[in-house]
Amino acid sequence: MFRRLLFALALLATPAPLPAGAQERVITISSTTSTEQSGLFGHILPLFREQTGITARVVALGTGQALDVGRRGDADVVFVHDRAAEERFVAEGFATRRQHVMFNDFVIIGPASDPARIAGSRDAVAAMRRIAEARAPFVSRGDRSGTHAAELRLWQQAGVEPSGSWYRAVGQGMGPALNTAAAQNAYILADRGTWLSFRNRQDLRILTEGDPRLFNQYGVMLVNPARHSHVKAADGQAFVDWIVSPAGQAAIASYKINGEQLFFPNAAQPEPTS
Amino acid sequence: MSGPVLRAEGLGYSVGERALLQGLDFGIAPGAPSFVIGPNGSGKSTLLRLLHGLLAPSQGRVVQAGIGRQAMVFQKPVLLRRSVTQNIAHALSLAGIRDAARIPAALEEVGLPHLAHRPARLLSGGEQQRVALARALALHPDILFLDEPTASLDPAATRAVEAILARAAARGMKIVMTTHDLHQARRLAGEILLLHRGRLIEQAPAETFFQSPASAEAQAFLRGDILE
Amino acid sequence: MQDLGAAFQQALGLVAAGDAGLWAIIALSLRVSLTATLIAACIGLPLGALLAVARFPGRQGLLVVLNALMGLPPVVAGLIIYILLSRSGPFGALGLLFTPAAMVIAQAVLITPILAALTRQVLEAMWEEYAEQLRSLGSGPGRAVRTLLWDGRFALLTVLLAGFGRASAEVGAVMVVGGNIEGFTRVMTTAIALETSKGDLPLALGLGIVLMAIVLGVNAAAQLLREASARWSG
Repeated sequence: MFRRLLFALALLATPAPLPAGAQERVITISSTTSTEQSGLFGHILPLFREQTGITARVVALGTGQALDVGRRGDADVVFVHDRAAEERFVAEGFATRRQHVMFNDFVIIGPASDPARIAGSRDAVAAMRRIAEARAPFVSRGDRSGTHAAELRLWQQAGVEPSGSWYRAVGQGMGPALNTAAAQNAYILADRGTWLSFRNRQDLRILTEGDPRLFNQYGVMLVNPARHSHVKAADGQAFVDWIVSPAGQAAIASYKINGEQLFFPNAAQPEPTS
Repeated sequence: MSGPVLRAEGLGYSVGERALLQGLDFGIAPGAPSFVIGPNGSGKSTLLRLLHGLLAPSQGRVVQAGIGRQAMVFQKPVLLRRSVTQNIAHALSLAGIRDAARIPAALEEVGLPHLAHRPARLLSGGEQQRVALARALALHPDILFLDEPTASLDPAATRAVEAILARAAARGMKIVMTTHDLHQARRLAGEILLLHRGRLIEQAPAETFFQSPASAEAQAFLRGDILE
Repeated sequence: MQDLGAAFQQALGLVAAGDAGLWAIIALSLRVSLTATLIAACIGLPLGALLAVARFPGRQGLLVVLNALMGLPPVVAGLIIYILLSRSGPFGALGLLFTPAAMVIAQAVLITPILAALTRQVLEAMWEEYAEQLRSLGSGPGRAVRTLLWDGRFALLTVLLAGFGRASAEVGAVMVVGGNIEGFTRVMTTAIALETSKGDLPLALGLGIVLMAIVLGVNAAAQLLREASARWSG
């Protein structure tokens, strides 16, 4: 009886080869937690598949890690939001071209009590300076993500070298960092998309928004097949072409949470500001 | 047959500094059962394990002559977590014997054919010891070692085991057995080896040993005195 | 408390709705963890049995290594496997990174030492009892290992369950090597981590409750089997 049971277990454990048959067209996209966790991919990838027959698999990491995955050749397409780092990626030869896709913006989130009194102003740099002066708790991603890079740029512009017990680098994705900020009633820089789809807000709310310096541009790149020969160049390029095409751009524009549009396609136009 | 089937030559066994057995020289001849007796701690079980080959001698050696197969039955039967039949089959397979008919025959011999398919370890102590015997007998050993096989059994089970051993001996199987039960030795033994403090005190035909023991220790042991 | 109540409602709702996505995640979790347990068992059980039976030079060292590996942080294991399986790594050509196969490897690596160490513990006690009898019957170490594995099968079921439990509860390593790709490498634990990071704590807890129910079910089934068969082993 026991032998038969073991046999049954073995059968259960090894059914049909693991998914993804050889014929299926599949690409791997290395992207950021903000795009994945805001639900954007869940909205646009089925449309992409419908129109091209290609399945896109998304590995969501911080922008820095996502670029590293591309450098190692473990993804076909990189879709992130840190322009400086993306241009470095191209300069290193890991991609031949970077294209604008869309933008959204960052917002400075904080407790309703607002101990640093930043609410009411659109000036993000002044807000960061006040937070530092008040030594009010601030949660930093601390994970080389695009959001982390944007935060560091703001500190630099504010002339602040953030350190001390009020500055808490968690080294995690946007969601966990928001959870931490919610638990500690801390300030945090977040992308609007993740914030809108974030559920565990507790006392947190948007305090500063609308500063052009909070602009958050996304770019897309095909990993250079000359560097990694196994890269699915044709299907990967199909995604890049689609996402910047009118169809792809319309798909992005149609993604809304509670009627609010999260990402604004801008493949055609140059960035409004930087 | 003539001459000894087993001979101990200067046989000794020590654990660290402590000598459990020393300077044993004797032969064991074919024929009626040889019984190793002596007080607790005299080294009976160790001697049996040396003769069977489970222990390697510290000094001297054991010489076996004309022994094909041998088997051993322990005081506490160690049966596998399987059915009675599978226990015997396991032993046969280890010995490279393919004759499955030996299993029912051995069970018949120990009077347990009705338990063939029962889980071995859920039988009574006496039944388990008889299964252990059946497992040994199925190997058709030339020599069978038994270490106090009835020490934990009730009288009925003891009688059953003794009857099985008597029949096996009558068929010509050489039996070498330890016991602390003098009456059992009287009932079954052809010759007696008296051990005391790791030494062989006396080896004699059973009749001689019980009627006119030669050594002072044997006389005291038979009187029921405590040997130290 | 309110959150826990909401979580239970979520869990019930999830199961009641029979959401295809959820079932796919559950099925993948089970398949990955069962396959990993099977592979780990093929290595860990005989290794543990050999360690229980045989005395060979280097055995102590092997035991120390095994015990240390039991404490291997999953993320470290995940990272090592990530680097090995990456396209830029030695096994990159296999294209296994970010696939369920990579997750199977990670879980198998994590639980093999656990299975081996627990197997050794279980079988060493049995070997103490069997050793003399088996040697008397002329059994060598290889054969003794087989006898012990078979006779210890019901106790070893518990060992397998411990391994399966650890494998299916694992999140750090499978996240790193699987990538938590929706519909492809997303399993219960990484889905829970994702929902947690989205701040949807009730949904995360709801998934957690479903996972616990599955593990509970597997354990209960094994317990029944063990009891039914304990009558055999004595």
